[in-house]
Amino acid sequence: MKLRAALLGAVAVLGFAPAAFAERGADGEVKLTFPQAVSIVNPYLSGGTKDILAAAMVLEPLAVVDPDGVLVPRLAVEIPTMENGGISEDMTSITWKLQPGLLWSDGTPVTADDAVFTWQYCTHPEGGCSQATKYEGVASVEAVDASTIKVTFAAPKPNPYTAFVSGLSPLLQKAQFEACLGAAAPTCTDANNMPIGTGPFMVTGFTVNDTVSMTANPNYRDPAKPAFATAVIKGGGDAEGSARAVMETGEFDYAWNTQIPPDSQAAMAAAGKGQFVVAFGTLVERIEMNTTDPSPALPEGERATAKHPHPILSDIKVRTALSKAIDRTILVEVGYGAGGRPTCNVIPGPEAWASDNEGCIAQDMPGAMALLDEAGWTDSDGDGIRDKDGKKLSLLYQTTVNPIRQDFQALIKDWWTELGVEVELKAIDPGVFFGGDPGSPDTFQKFYADVEMYANNSDNPDPETYLGQYQCKNAPSPETQWQGENINRFCDPAYDALHAELTQTTDIAKRQEIAKKLNDMVTKDSMTVIPLVHRGTLSAHSNSLGGVQINAWDMETWNVADWFRVK
Amino acid sequence: MLTFTLRRLLLAIPTLLVISLVIFLLVDLAPGSPMSEIPLTVPPDVRQRMIEALGADQPVFVRYVLWLRQFFWVEPAYLFDSWFGTTLAEGEQRILSWQSRSPVFTIIGQRLPQTLTVIGTAYLVGILIALPIGIYSAYRQYSLFDQGGTLFAMIGFSVPTFFSGTLFIIIFAVWLGWFPTKYDTQLNVTDWDSFVKQIKQMALPVMTLGLANAAAISRYMRSSMLDNMTMDYVRTARAKGMSERTVVLKHVLRNSLIPVVTVIALGIPSIFGGAIITENLFGVNGIGAALIGAIHASDLPMVQTLAFIFAVLIVLFNLIADILYGFLDPRIRYD
Amino acid sequence: MTDASTTPPKPASQAREIWQQFRTHKGALFGLIVLGFLIVAVLIGPYLWVPEKLTVAEAIKLKNQGPSLRFPLGTDQLGRDMLSRMLLAGRVSLAVGLVAMLIAIVFGTFIGILAGYFRRLDSPLMRLTDMFLALPLIPLLLVMVMLFRDRIAGLIGPELGAFTLIVFAIGITSWMATARIVRGEVLTLKEREYVLAARSIGARPNRIIRRHILPNVVSPVMVAATLGVAEAIITESVLSFLGLGFPPDFPTWGRLLFDGLQYMQVYPERVVWPGLAISLTVLSVNYIGDGLRDALDPRIRGR
Repeated sequence: MKLRAALLGAVAVLGFAPAAFAERGADGEVKLTFPQAVSIVNPYLSGGTKDILAAAMVLEPLAVVDPDGVLVPRLAVEIPTMENGGISEDMTSITWKLQPGLLWSDGTPVTADDAVFTWQYCTHPEGGCSQATKYEGVASVEAVDASTIKVTFAAPKPNPYTAFVSGLSPLLQKAQFEACLGAAAPTCTDANNMPIGTGPFMVTGFTVNDTVSMTANPNYRDPAKPAFATAVIKGGGDAEGSARAVMETGEFDYAWNTQIPPDSQAAMAAAGKGQFVVAFGTLVERIEMNTTDPSPALPEGERATAKHPHPILSDIKVRTALSKAIDRTILVEVGYGAGGRPTCNVIPGPEAWASDNEGCIAQDMPGAMALLDEAGWTDSDGDGIRDKDGKKLSLLYQTTVNPIRQDFQALIKDWWTELGVEVELKAIDPGVFFGGDPGSPDTFQKFYADVEMYANNSDNPDPETYLGQYQCKNAPSPETQWQGENINRFCDPAYDALHAELTQTTDIAKRQEIAKKLNDMVTKDSMTVIPLVHRGTLSAHSNSLGGVQINAWDMETWNVADWFRVK
Repeated sequence: MLTFTLRRLLLAIPTLLVISLVIFLLVDLAPGSPMSEIPLTVPPDVRQRMIEALGADQPVFVRYVLWLRQFFWVEPAYLFDSWFGTTLAEGEQRILSWQSRSPVFTIIGQRLPQTLTVIGTAYLVGILIALPIGIYSAYRQYSLFDQGGTLFAMIGFSVPTFFSGTLFIIIFAVWLGWFPTKYDTQLNVTDWDSFVKQIKQMALPVMTLGLANAAAISRYMRSSMLDNMTMDYVRTARAKGMSERTVVLKHVLRNSLIPVVTVIALGIPSIFGGAIITENLFGVNGIGAALIGAIHASDLPMVQTLAFIFAVLIVLFNLIADILYGFLDPRIRYD
Repeated sequence: MTDASTTPPKPASQAREIWQQFRTHKGALFGLIVLGFLIVAVLIGPYLWVPEKLTVAEAIKLKNQGPSLRFPLGTDQLGRDMLSRMLLAGRVSLAVGLVAMLIAIVFGTFIGILAGYFRRLDSPLMRLTDMFLALPLIPLLLVMVMLFRDRIAGLIGPELGAFTLIVFAIGITSWMATARIVRGEVLTLKEREYVLAARSIGARPNRIIRRHILPNVVSPVMVAATLGVAEAIITESVLSFLGLGFPPDFPTWGRLLFDGLQYMQVYPERVVWPGLAISLTVLSVNYIGDGLRDALDPRIRGR
């Protein structure tokens, strides 16, 4: 009786019921395809979304985030809050209750010890756990009893929903991973590729960087789910090919990350076999301004460091003019179609956290020209390029190799040329650009260019960590081996102070207000970051696949248990 | 010939050692890091710890010596163990991929069959198409057949596989719906139906690659045949009253095969190396796709091992080509 | 076989003879005309066909147009005129294709002949060839860019620097097949009677190679050259995807072809133009090679 109540509760909480209460495995096979193949099914040893998407079908956290950015319990009975006593008064601990009767796919019971072990696994100093930030500030995890997990923080934590929340930090089975702690973690090939989980599916076959085969978990807590008996994830190829396999040939049911040109989207949708779905998280394509001088004339070690402010971009009028000259609506139309929308914010969502800053959406070419004139940049020698004190207004604009980014580069170059700015373009292999190799001059952290374009996002609806990137101390420099997230080298003591206040604030409304202020400080107030497009994740599913609820706040496969075949 | 072969085999050992060192240094020197595919949301200190866990922060020569030991001792010992149930490699660390943390040789083992069936078939098909076309084009130079063959070859190698592959997908998969676009690597051929399925899914990649291979090989065959057609010995043979068939297929063909053998032998290692673009396009999980994926992720152990195996094959097949020269033209001597 | 040492042929007359023979080859003439046309078109075309200056907003409205009088080859996804892009792209692609092919052919033939003719050089040179064949291409290119791009750009300017680096990178990674094929040919040639005869009358290796070996390896080299042009043009497009190569707003045929790929179903002409240009170039180089081989072969020339 108790079990049934819990199950009914779970169904009610998920707020979604398949059209017919079919029995488990009645709908045959569901086939997914990813442009990048799955390398490993252990999210703690991989940072790639492709791997975690597959893992989320097998491994489950205590709670997940739904498409609206709201926490919903998964393995937990309910979300602990201050009101229900789950979070201590001083905010130094959070206590989770496991649902009764939970079983791993091998039939053994899930206990609080598994959670304790998961914490130990990820925080082991030699383990190289990629989700270590999820457990940052956690002093200890204890099993109060077999079904109660108490997470204690070293300091009061206003946002305690990090450990064991979302597909990024699911529970591992202690029995399976016990021998895989620390340095031994990568050697447990079988466990890493076929982890035992509580999710709707379990891995039965795994070929590295190619295919993951799964069957329904016989011990899944809802006897009617999943509707599919087996699942296959095939990886490799490109976004184009994945989209085609769902939308045109109908070989697959679901394709993740099908970012293709808007024209092709329309043509594929016209085939009538499937549809594109999009979800907006916090991913923003932006142009970052270099506040330091990247001139190759400077000695190595001083180039692009705070010692030498940027000769052109240090002037806020120039930065503002560059932003005003861009028509973001055209960018969206050319590059993303339904998969994007213009934005002026670094934090474009969730709604409650996003600033109402929309001043940049309308292009203002005359305004931009006036600003440059005002700043003293005029075309004195009549060659079409503005200059000041004998120095030309010339910028190097770099990004990664990617067809959409190259289109953006071409368009923005045209606008800036209209403005009288000379622009040199550069495209870099993404592996080098994002690789962070301190020996390479082309990494985005080194920023040996005047402006650069890429996309970044917050992996948590609460942007505290994300906004922390722009603190002075996070600027990459030779002293930090060029590591650091504040790639603009933006440094404002007022910003640091306000961010420190955010980490202390617990009232949610107050936090949102501070976050908006911080967002405005790096965007419209200082024009250090020029946001361009709020990008969604665009995926495709066939018309015969039901129950898909695309989710930008957690893994897209978060509700794969509810997927079913439309008959 | 035997001493020549033995000497070449012995010489191959230092050559391969030098090649392996050069590859290792090259891959290590190349910009990029195993962390390049990790999302930006993972902070630098966590990245640093992940690199340490991989052992990627060790000095390059330490890693090279470790790799040598793993490649030449641990992996063979492991193979020996799995055959005879011994425990030679007990507790030894195998070569692990940084990207997937799986043993590199397991991955190669999973992928080699696909590579050999798909790429090997394409190569064979290419040769089988190319040789007759090349021979007949040369025999009837400037005939309609020859012009047609030339056009076919030109299109074949001026159109890159990324283009012809996509074109085939659109025509045969999207419009006609004959073949699947994605290769199902889990398919086991057990009966007639699954065999047909296998043939169907091989059709597009084999067509794409076969076209490119046939184009190049047929050109070499044709030009070499043309060179020999005008030789004195051909005139002599004809004068002796031999049939055209004997003259062309026995005398001219045999003497024309030297450059063709070189081209074919040069190509065989590339069967193992796979075809990067075609494999990626059709989702064939071959060695080529593994290599390019590993290069993009700076997965040094994987790149190093694959490149080295590739080097061994190249050295081996060049040796085989040299031995074949001796058979095709007894005048060539190496000793 | 004329005795080379007693009656040295006059170079001028021999060149004319070769040209006479070459002219009778219809395919070769066609190839020469087409290639000549392409080269002239890309050299002076951009001065004759100046696309109208449009602002971004105007251009965007004209995106993805089919061929018309205003845009003879249509427009691309940003509303840029395809004809002017094709002409500009052709400059780079033809230059890269032909120069890189020449480097690869000359270097490959040189190595191949040395290795095939001089037994002592055979082993070291062929092991070097093996090594280059075994090196993984992409890391090699990435390392070359990292080490040399800024230095070359500093010496001769960014665009010429990029060109030099690309041509050099393609050349250095594509000579191996030619070298091996030429060596194989030379191995058989040097045992032929006329070579043995030349050697027995005391002709120096230098002379034997130039007079007897080189003309006889022309035909495989010509095939390699034809393949080389196509490969170089395509490789150039691969290089731009590694961030090596020209700035991203610099069109080349290979890049236009690759960019057009994702629009193939919707706007097929976007891949047809660059594909056609590459194929025509390769076809004409091939026919020129055919004609050249026939013209260089004294047995055919005599007929």
